[in-house]
Amino acid sequence: MATLAAPREEYTDAPEAVVVRFAGDSGDGMQLTGGQFTLSTALAGNDLATFPDFPAEIRAPQGTLFGVSAFQINFGSREINTAGDAPDVLVAMNPAALKVNIAALKPGGLIIADTGAFTKRNLDKAKYDTNPLEDGSLAKFDVLAFDISERTIEAVKPFGLGNKDALRSKNMWTLGLALWMFERSRDPIHAWLKDKFKRKPDIADANIAALDAGHAYGETAELSGPRATPLRQQAMLPVESSPGLYRTITGAEAVSLGLVAGAQLAELPMFFGGYPITPASAILHHLARLKEFGVTTFQAEDEIAAICASIGASYAGSLGVTSSSGPGIALKTEAMGLAIMTELPLVIVNSQRGGPSTGLPTKTEQSDLYQAVYGRNGDAPMPVVSASTPGDAFECAIEACRIATEYMTPVMLLTDGYIANAAEPWKVPDPATFTPFPAKFLTEKNGVEGGEELLPYARDEKGARPWIKPGTPDLMHRIGGIEKAEGTGHIDYAPDNHQTMTDSRRNKVLNISVPDQEVCLGETSGTLAVVGWGSTYGPIHQAVRRAIAKGCKVSHIHVRHIWPMPANLGDLLRGFDNVLVPEMNTGQFKTVLRDQFLVDAKPLSKTSGQPFAIAELEAAIAKFFDDIPGNEGGQVAVNDDQLPSPMLDG
Amino acid sequence: MNAPVKIETTLKDWETDQEVRWCPGCGDYAILKAVQRTLPQLGADPSNTVFISGIGCSSRFPYYMETYGFHTIHGRAPALATGVKLANPDLDIWLVTGDGDGLSIGGNHMLHVLRRNVDMQIMLFNNEIYGLTKGQSSPTSRVGTKSPSSPIGSVDYPANPCAFALGAGARFVARGFDVSKKLPEVLKAAHGHRGAAFIEIFQNCIVYNKDVFHDFAAPKGVEDSQLWLEDGQPMLFGSEKTGGMKGLKLNTNTLGFEVVDVAANAVGEPDWQAAGVRVHNVKDKMVAHLLSELVFGEFPMPMGVLYDDPAPTFGEAVSAEREQASAGKEANLAKLLATGQTWTVDGTAQDPV
Repeated sequence: MATLAAPREEYTDAPEAVVVRFAGDSGDGMQLTGGQFTLSTALAGNDLATFPDFPAEIRAPQGTLFGVSAFQINFGSREINTAGDAPDVLVAMNPAALKVNIAALKPGGLIIADTGAFTKRNLDKAKYDTNPLEDGSLAKFDVLAFDISERTIEAVKPFGLGNKDALRSKNMWTLGLALWMFERSRDPIHAWLKDKFKRKPDIADANIAALDAGHAYGETAELSGPRATPLRQQAMLPVESSPGLYRTITGAEAVSLGLVAGAQLAELPMFFGGYPITPASAILHHLARLKEFGVTTFQAEDEIAAICASIGASYAGSLGVTSSSGPGIALKTEAMGLAIMTELPLVIVNSQRGGPSTGLPTKTEQSDLYQAVYGRNGDAPMPVVSASTPGDAFECAIEACRIATEYMTPVMLLTDGYIANAAEPWKVPDPATFTPFPAKFLTEKNGVEGGEELLPYARDEKGARPWIKPGTPDLMHRIGGIEKAEGTGHIDYAPDNHQTMTDSRRNKVLNISVPDQEVCLGETSGTLAVVGWGSTYGPIHQAVRRAIAKGCKVSHIHVRHIWPMPANLGDLLRGFDNVLVPEMNTGQFKTVLRDQFLVDAKPLSKTSGQPFAIAELEAAIAKFFDDIPGNEGGQVAVNDDQLPSPMLDG
Repeated sequence: MNAPVKIETTLKDWETDQEVRWCPGCGDYAILKAVQRTLPQLGADPSNTVFISGIGCSSRFPYYMETYGFHTIHGRAPALATGVKLANPDLDIWLVTGDGDGLSIGGNHMLHVLRRNVDMQIMLFNNEIYGLTKGQSSPTSRVGTKSPSSPIGSVDYPANPCAFALGAGARFVARGFDVSKKLPEVLKAAHGHRGAAFIEIFQNCIVYNKDVFHDFAAPKGVEDSQLWLEDGQPMLFGSEKTGGMKGLKLNTNTLGFEVVDVAANAVGEPDWQAAGVRVHNVKDKMVAHLLSELVFGEFPMPMGVLYDDPAPTFGEAVSAEREQASAGKEANLAKLLATGQTWTVDGTAQDPV
């Protein structure tokens, strides 16, 4: 998402956006192809959104249906919020890739297929009885099928590579063709290849040759005449966006950078404890390379050790951060309780994935909301912040660091597999514009009576206790998971004390200052509020934009602060006749909204491991606006005139 | 850890105002006193000392020490302490755990804190029972231990804490017991070791596993029941009064120890050389393994420092890695944010705003 453009009144057939999906075997390098195409598209000034969809298996057996890896990009000359519903172009590097992805392609869409990979063996593996390129089953699409494999081998021949190695450049050949189709520059890819294969210039040259050959193929094919090929070149004007410096960013990168920025604003070294888990590992990998920013990364023996070490580091005066995904977060739960009880700052990043249990490791879902808000033993309140886009994850990470250090509390930052892996153009912010929130440490006794007493559980105006680093002279004290006496922090099981401390912990979190909720699209009251959180931002935004253009009184509200919620949210929701909550779960945020505000929030659930399509949301919105022309949804009234007449027919 | 400044303290300075809540007669009292007696001798600074524990009777320890203290959650103290040490390498950390906390629920963390060699003293109070939960058998309970969870006797084989520690890669492994006068010497040796120092302390649970260590910990007959190891000294035990001096000899054929009688030489000293008694070398890991596995009864219980061979610590390695990775790099956030391939939108005709 770039800066918000004004809603457009009309929709024409002019291609202001195109969706391309690259699909192939997991060994075909589709993620790389997509990533490089994304980069050149961003450099061309188009807005874009991507959706990588890859198998959980590292190297699934070649040519199989479950080994298909795909990368979808939606780019255009207008604001783009989603990776797009149905692709206009499908690049299928083998039969399995075609089979898995064909259902998504728009009717009339273009298929580019490598006939070199449509062998009997590969067709069998994809469970095709006949070759779909030849049996007429693709009649409703434009098909451009030719031997990409052979052309690649041809192109890299001068570099003396064997066939197997040569075929590795197939993705670059395909990328070259795609670059030609959309008039993208090859220069950044040339530069990238030269850098990537610095030590193997032959490989770099071979890949460049393949890329150039694919590009040249486009030019030649077009010259052969408009009837001879469905191949067209399409220009795509740059999107209107606010001036400044841009780069592409994934959610995992944004979280990492936001944490680094957050630690700097808190003036603290950062300690990151992690354990490998998909899709959260990327954050550990990014931070492991940023040690010069005072970052210590620790790959622990398990999820529990990762969070416990982070709590230990926070206790010793660092900003402790841990990160995982659903099953790993479950393991960390007891330690979160310890951080809540000992009132130490901690940021816990949950890159959500499909669950329960191992669930869908590489697919996206938003089903850990209950876990984040409620999922601990005891009354264990914890703030929850949720990122809506890759770029937004940067700000959310800073916000999580701020709340953790200002309020001496663990904070959960929710992202998901989609945000973590997806890339979007990001306007690089100027750190000078950030507001610092330097952490304070107690350096002398804070008791009221002549300063002789130490009160580790005295509270400031925010309800936060002092942060006391071990090693500070004469402030020795003991903390732990057992209930604390108010003020002194000594072990105390007394009934009144537990009541007081439970209330203090609850009030501290509920009184955290969070900004008022804004309406991100539409009016502040009306017929329908579509309330989202997290990565549903893009499809909701587009669907609401289209509905508003048709005259629907619908607004998009996207909540970042899941707990505590903005103070005005209840009143805001009550200003709408209806509240619809689309979520990639079975209705968790809907339940929280109902509980908090007694509003009749309606769920719209999707748990397929795939993000919402704009069309799905448009259809759901339409049900609330049957009176708007062109927007009929739901039940259509029976038209007696058109009922079949048995008399006449008979 | 930087060279610590020696601080003058007395035992009293290490006591908190909190009421000690162990059962009367519990071995933990003796260990607490031994630690409070040892720290002044080390010149330790209460402000710079942190006691970190898990859950169980032993883990109440930090509340009674006038130092920084963190009573964490069951089994996780080694992980939490690792974070503390990495965040502030200057702190002097003592970990307090038990047989259930350290070898059952926290066995994984114990393995890793030892193999990483995180600089701290780890005191594992082994009473061979779950005390705080009212007497269930533990991972160190002997086969046949009757308990509420094993009414006709436990059937699983016990873990051997010192053998576990050595197997995990610990560079310091020692043994002592709660009421032993020599416990402070063992604690001092552990404190002097740079890296993870593992100390198994046999501790008498007076309520649920009373006198389970009586055979070697009772004052009577200690000459024969305990073998106190000292670096560079022969492995001798027994006495003339109790049936003669004995020693441990390494049988190179069976690669195991055997007990040999040691006769007196011309001047009345035990002639251990003639008897072939092994001289203890704390850097000999294989011998440490053999000692840790000796079966009490046939052999005396080896006590003291079984193994002490320092190696670079995890904290040092992490610091060195950070220095190496940061060398020549500037921590400029603005530059970091603008990393990668960037483009500028400036409002020209080609670049409409």
